[in-house]
Amino acid sequence: MTDDTAAQAARTSVDPARGNLLFGSQPDVAGAAGYTDARPRMGFFTDTSVCIGCKACEVACKEWNAIPEDGLELTGMSYDNTQGLGADTWRHVAFIEQRKPLGGQEPGIGHEDVDVFAAAADLGTSPSSPGPGATVPEPGSVPAGAPTGAISPVAPDGRTELRWLMSSDVCKHCTHAACLDVCPTGSLFRTEFGTVVVQEDICNGCGYCVPACPYGVIDQRPDDGRAWKCTLCYDRLGTGMEPACAKACPTDSIQFGPVDELRERAATRVERLRAAGVTDARLYGEDPQDGVGGDGAFFLLLDQPEVYGLPPDPVVTTRDLPAMWRHAAAAAASLAAMAVVSFVRRAR
Amino acid sequence: MEAKARGAKVIHVDPRFTRTSAQADVHVPLRAGSDIAFLGGIINHVLSNDKYFRDYVVAYTNGPVVLREDFRDTEDLDGVFSGLDPDTRTYDNSSWQYAGTEMQAASGQRDQEYDQRPGGGSVSEAARGEAHGAGGADVGEGRPERDETLTHPRCVFQVLKRHYARYTPEMVESVCGVPPDLFRQVCELVTENSGRDRTTAFAYAVGWTQHTVGVQYIRAACVLQLLLGNIGRPGGGILALRGHASIQGSTDISTLFNLLPGYIPMRHAHQEQGLDAFVRDEAAHKGYWGNMRSYLVSLLKAYWGEAATDENDFCFDYLPRLTGSHSTYETVMAQLEGTCKGYFLMGENPAVGSANGKMQRLGMANLDWLVVRDFSLIESATWWKDGPEIETGELRTEDIRTEVFFLPAAAHTEKDGTFTNTQRLLQWHHRAVDPPGEARSDLWFTYHLGRIIRQKLAASTDPMDRPVLDLTWDYPTKGEQAEPDAEAVLAEINGHDAEGDPLASYEQLRGDGSTSCGCWIYCGVYADGVNQAARRKPGGQQNWVANEWGWAWPANRRILYNRASADPDGRPWSERKALVWWDADKGEWTGHDIADFKKDKPPDHRPPEGATGPAALSGTDPFIMQADGKAWLYVPSGLTDGPLPTHYEPQDSPFPNLLHARQRNPVRQLLPPHPANRYQPSGDEAGAEVFPYVATTCRLTEHHTAGGMSRWLPYLAELQPEFFCEVSPELAAERGLRHTGWATIVSARAVIEARVMVTDRVPPLRVHGRVLHQVALPYHWGPNGYSTGDAANELLHLSLDPNSHIQETKAFAVDIRPGRRPRGPAAVELVRAYRARAGVDERTGTEP
Repeated sequence: MTDDTAAQAARTSVDPARGNLLFGSQPDVAGAAGYTDARPRMGFFTDTSVCIGCKACEVACKEWNAIPEDGLELTGMSYDNTQGLGADTWRHVAFIEQRKPLGGQEPGIGHEDVDVFAAAADLGTSPSSPGPGATVPEPGSVPAGAPTGAISPVAPDGRTELRWLMSSDVCKHCTHAACLDVCPTGSLFRTEFGTVVVQEDICNGCGYCVPACPYGVIDQRPDDGRAWKCTLCYDRLGTGMEPACAKACPTDSIQFGPVDELRERAATRVERLRAAGVTDARLYGEDPQDGVGGDGAFFLLLDQPEVYGLPPDPVVTTRDLPAMWRHAAAAAASLAAMAVVSFVRRAR
Repeated sequence: MEAKARGAKVIHVDPRFTRTSAQADVHVPLRAGSDIAFLGGIINHVLSNDKYFRDYVVAYTNGPVVLREDFRDTEDLDGVFSGLDPDTRTYDNSSWQYAGTEMQAASGQRDQEYDQRPGGGSVSEAARGEAHGAGGADVGEGRPERDETLTHPRCVFQVLKRHYARYTPEMVESVCGVPPDLFRQVCELVTENSGRDRTTAFAYAVGWTQHTVGVQYIRAACVLQLLLGNIGRPGGGILALRGHASIQGSTDISTLFNLLPGYIPMRHAHQEQGLDAFVRDEAAHKGYWGNMRSYLVSLLKAYWGEAATDENDFCFDYLPRLTGSHSTYETVMAQLEGTCKGYFLMGENPAVGSANGKMQRLGMANLDWLVVRDFSLIESATWWKDGPEIETGELRTEDIRTEVFFLPAAAHTEKDGTFTNTQRLLQWHHRAVDPPGEARSDLWFTYHLGRIIRQKLAASTDPMDRPVLDLTWDYPTKGEQAEPDAEAVLAEINGHDAEGDPLASYEQLRGDGSTSCGCWIYCGVYADGVNQAARRKPGGQQNWVANEWGWAWPANRRILYNRASADPDGRPWSERKALVWWDADKGEWTGHDIADFKKDKPPDHRPPEGATGPAALSGTDPFIMQADGKAWLYVPSGLTDGPLPTHYEPQDSPFPNLLHARQRNPVRQLLPPHPANRYQPSGDEAGAEVFPYVATTCRLTEHHTAGGMSRWLPYLAELQPEFFCEVSPELAAERGLRHTGWATIVSARAVIEARVMVTDRVPPLRVHGRVLHQVALPYHWGPNGYSTGDAANELLHLSLDPNSHIQETKAFAVDIRPGRRPRGPAAVELVRAYRARAGVDERTGTEP
């Protein structure tokens, strides 16, 4: 793959404009992978505060990608009978029941002066975001008077002391994707959209990628051991369509678009929620400085990541490779030196 | 979520904390079956705190109308209205009328004996409660007495005040289990958001309809919405969230036994009526129902074309006639009696989806033939070889003589047609792929069945066959499968004039046979020969009402009765809520929506003395389908069970009725006694403690109704793979139920088993001063398919709403215990033992 050769060539030196290739910030993932005509990096912003738990994303994903049904088990984990991402589950909606009020903000905060008819008149008039089939309006292009392209906070009255979190998980399409780095066949590659895709006709089932993923996303099918995961609907992106899950999402909880723009939108949204009193609202995976260099698919959560079954501080498993090689080299050098010394001594 | 984004506050009232509750601003858990007490409490709050929209109530409702002196309310008679005949379980509604009007006695020869046949119900009323659902009930001749100060002690407004005076927050707490402060919060949110500048909408689903007082649940919401001025205005209304795609369409074009297309009532067998007498008796004299003859004659022309002439009453005599109520449950009884010998099930799975599955199967086992058209081999197609009664030994396959035909059906993506949603919006869908194999559309099946029957009868000279032979049955077909052209059907429904040109509005319909129209309310859907339902103009290219997306009946008006969005002088109640208004310069109604009113009738128009039909409506009568042009806080006629909603307990309830001595709806429809359909003792009756928990059936997002469209699909089945019941941790502790273990649930009818889901989402409530646990049962499962389980509806009885004949699946009483249910004959024995312990016999729960 071009990815491998380009990446290996680039690994020898770090170009400050392109960022680090194994960890840390990387503003141009596709470019770093060797694409000279890279498209804007595309990804998902999954806003769990408006997820209604319908699982349409799971079904749309399975339908489009022809993923097999993988077990009829009543788990007892609330309404989550899918359990987690795997070779046969590329979107997974988690359901978390908590004895906890959601935030304590006033319902409908800040809407008193909204002219709903003016807002309704503009419905559907705002242009879609740039990029193939982006689903949500650009920030600033929302109907006059309506909140920033966003849905108001999931607002409790603080009375029932019960909340039900729902969140649609997916492959994170990491800036520094360890699965890709460890793949010996080139089955896993970086696309021109900056996403990470596994090719079923090349994968040899070695399984190196499985422990490499810091999120536990990629997985092998038991039949022939080949690895599978979300492709961010690479086949749809190529023809200007948005991914199946985003298309099916009725509340725009799953938003698809250029990652830069999604990050902006996410920042606005989390600020709004916090201002409305949802102090638990936080972004997960959007930070380019985090352990994987930021995710191409990131989330707005309403609780600690662990609550949703997400690792709190994921680190790309290849981050320490240079250090490991340095240590190994040092060790080899010391061994060699010791050997030399021993010969020198024996000679005496 | 879109409304929330624009500032709407969402209140969710449901016994369970659902995915909807998770997104709502306020969740109000209440006891299933207590909603009239809850809504009545809000009505009382509105009335006693003067929160009602006075100008609206005075101008547009029957609040000022004075009632007759002999009317007695449930408050006067401890739970019944005047006119109850306990023997026939019916009301004579003559005392419910307005003072100053005389109800015209229905003419024609009534078969009184038939009327009083036990179980048959009244012929006249059985079918009319629902037939007049669209507002066709007459209010009689004369000018009703009015008191616009709303102070006359017998005016509707004062009667209403007295009727709901005891529905206090304390009563709501005791009956519904809703704490007073939470209840007050709901009252304040609703009233603060109603008035000139703001409107509140109610959305309900079958949680409101499936009760022995289901129609009165909706009526209670009507009363509240009218008091608050929330009908006919943007952002207001009462929205029925339908359980299936195009349920609205199936009542518009009438799959119901008692209606012809467009809510024209079906005629009765035991009345000798010609066309003229029928129209005289059934049509209201004022309002648009006054034109019923035009609608009916045009329908007859659509049915019988050339054969329908003035001389033969336009073939009025060809119409089938009712001999009483023929709802789905009476049909089951007729199957058991042996009078109903054949049964078509088209996309319906009564062995799972209807109440009391055993009664359904026993009925089907007594048929000569059964035709099932569905996607897969649903339970209603295979009960004869693997149904629950085969397992218990109650039925043996070799004894069943029913001949069962299974015909594969096409899905909506495999055929052209329309969906009509709850807003009366028709949207055309196009065939995306051909149906596989031998699967065919319902249209294909019905058309070719009719074609073949007509072929077989072609040589017949029997007058009985004339209605079939004279039918216009000439739809063009296309393709290899000879699929009839759905647009040709739509064009026939729309109607045409004498020259064959498509009609544009029901105002063009004539009663002289010069027009033809298959459903008067749909007239205009094919205006100019264009399929208006297929319009897809994006929202950005039109105003916010979006009149050019699809087509809404009537006449593409998006908000019904929208004349009420303007004040009596024709000005919007507020600029913020402007929808349609009178433009005095142009002399017409104008606005964002198409006015649901005669375009050039000025607000100050007063009809001349003796005017009838639409001409009798004044410029301030927005409710143009109502016989008096007003919205009804109080219903003088058209309902079988009372003019005002009153709280009654469900048929099977662990609680006594705190409001009245009358436990249950006195005129609820009970079917003739049958050993498989016993009712339970309730409240203080001995044996009620045997079934101490309230159960309610419910749905899951992942499955569709009785499962025929979802349990066979692996991608949906894996999301909710097994039947389960939801119980609180407290109930689990009380009964030793283990999370993900098994529970056995028992009623006087059946025993089923379910996996246990212990969750805080079904909270225990404090009702009548004691803790109540509720059990939620999703009803999607049955023994067939990819994902299987017992059917929740096995537990149900057949006690029906007397207006709509719907079953009470949303509130009943059960016992629950740990472990799996017994198999074979032991299952039958367990239910029998429960019945014996509760002292159940054929009289239990049958008092009026």
